[in-house]
Amino acid sequence: MKKKTDVICRAVDIEKTYWLGKVAVEALRGVSLDIERNDYISIMGPSGSGKSTLVHILSCLDTPTSGKYYLENTLVSKYSDEELAKVRNKFFGFIFQSFSLLPRLSALDNVALPLIYRNVSKHERIAKAKEIIDNVGLADRMHHRPNELSGGECQRVAIARALVNDPKVIYADEPTGNLDSKTGAEIMEIFDRLVDEGNTVVMVTHDMNVAAHARRTVKLADGRIIND
Amino acid sequence: MTDIVSKLTLSFQTFRSHRLRSFLTMLGIIIGVTTVIAILSLIEGLNRTVAEQVQSIGSDLIFLQKFSWVQTGHRDLDKLAGRPDLLPDDAEAITKLSSVEIAIPQISRQLQKLKYKNNEVSNSSIAGSDENYSSVNNYAVESGRDFSRDDILHRRAVGIIGSYIATNLFPDETAVGKDLHLNGHRVKIIGVFKEKGTFFGNSLDDYILIPYTVFEKFFPRPRGSLWSRVYGGYSISIKAKDGMKIEETIDQVRELMRRRHGLGFDEDDDFELNTQQILMDLYQSITNVGFIAIIAIAAISLVVGGIGIMNIMLVSVAERTREIGIRKAVGASNNNILAQFLIESIVLALVGGLIGIVFGMLLAWLISAVSPLKASVSFWMILLGFGFSASVGIFFGIYPARRAASLNPIEALRYE
Repeated sequence: MKKKTDVICRAVDIEKTYWLGKVAVEALRGVSLDIERNDYISIMGPSGSGKSTLVHILSCLDTPTSGKYYLENTLVSKYSDEELAKVRNKFFGFIFQSFSLLPRLSALDNVALPLIYRNVSKHERIAKAKEIIDNVGLADRMHHRPNELSGGECQRVAIARALVNDPKVIYADEPTGNLDSKTGAEIMEIFDRLVDEGNTVVMVTHDMNVAAHARRTVKLADGRIIND
Repeated sequence: MTDIVSKLTLSFQTFRSHRLRSFLTMLGIIIGVTTVIAILSLIEGLNRTVAEQVQSIGSDLIFLQKFSWVQTGHRDLDKLAGRPDLLPDDAEAITKLSSVEIAIPQISRQLQKLKYKNNEVSNSSIAGSDENYSSVNNYAVESGRDFSRDDILHRRAVGIIGSYIATNLFPDETAVGKDLHLNGHRVKIIGVFKEKGTFFGNSLDDYILIPYTVFEKFFPRPRGSLWSRVYGGYSISIKAKDGMKIEETIDQVRELMRRRHGLGFDEDDDFELNTQQILMDLYQSITNVGFIAIIAIAAISLVVGGIGIMNIMLVSVAERTREIGIRKAVGASNNNILAQFLIESIVLALVGGLIGIVFGMLLAWLISAVSPLKASVSFWMILLGFGFSASVGIFFGIYPARRAASLNPIEALRYE
């Protein structure tokens, strides 16, 4: 057993069942997983293997049907929607395949978005967002809207947004899925650097090259972990 | 809760990016509030005009007459005609009451024509009263003199004319001292009343006043006509004493008149006591229901506007499903999302309401500029306009906002 302090997320026997009409779909059938500080994990598996569901539960976007999920030794699997929203805001950063930026906001405001929901003053929000956006190399593009940015730039804005609240874990869902291989490689370099700087990254991917960046690969099939 | 300013900024950004759509959505509210404000201010203006006019009668005056100013249902002329005439003697007896300052007899008739040299006026009135007429009615004689007690007692053929007659019959000369011919009788003008203006559009200066004793002689009452028996006789104008409750004066007069007419305790009054108050009451009872109905109809367009807002907010929620997903993923709670959409619909409604208030005031102003109606916008109407539109925003915004708030973040993120 690992030292408790190093474990940020602990999932124990997670099961998740969806109901599609009257048909039960067992997406996860007993998954246990620890995420430690400074982990660099890629979650792989064919579609339908439950990897997205797992990440949703790990990132508190969803709750398990059964099983227990602890964040820094606090049981969160029974939290209400409101509490989960707070947890996401405090613990996690999110990066999605399709960037998922708000089209009407500038890059800077997109980055500052998570801070709105933790009552940070506007002045501090902007200051913090500027610092982070500078860090991903987009200082000169920060007043542009997403439709004026390239795919790689958008994904860097998304990374900056995921970092702005100093998350304990960064979740990335197919972070290079919509990018050409060169840009994808640039993005992966950023992830590598983030891990070097002490961040914890969990990503879902199909791409072996992307998975190769990770230090630990979790393979799923039919709702179970087959290789860790 | 995050600071309100950034939320408001957010909703204005949304409107800027959908200018036309936002405007069309607000149109219902704009029209609704415009109508409500315009109608309210016209009603208020009308109320004010009527109140001013009615109050010009004088709040301390009671008119003892055979008929009531206010009659609901069928007016039974036969019954009214059968009532005993009111007489100058009655005025004298009423004057002696402790709560009465003074009471005077008044009688009047329409004149066909008044002529002096080449000038003439038609449809003027001739009135008969006594030397206290001007003090009871708060009128003043501008040039010449008022009646004296002797004029009345000695039946002197003298008259005081209204300013309208003075300017029209005597445009270039002084009226005082001239003779007029009324019904073939000569009347000497001894004074001219100061101008009094109009009462509901009728000139108050188009008449000639003579002693009632002379009036009886020159204009004997036509017999037989029901109309003349009801309306052609004397009425007694009673001025209550200062500081006296008018109800008390009314009670005293009623008691006295019942005694004078020998009425038993189970018999109804055979006279009426009219005051400005009964006119106001009548006006209010007639108009209140109508006004409420008009406002209710105007309010329907507010409801329509609200439905428009709800409709567009539902579209907006659907369009921005992904945005909602993103916001929730990065930590927006259900309440944050609820507040965002609710504020948006309230702001939509309030901006519409604000435009409506301005348009409503302009419309009211325009109507009073081109018509005899007088509009009057009060502060409470503006508050009402704001209150109305804010409530519409809340009422019709809450459903779409709840729908947005209850979206599942995963499904919302997947939405394309």
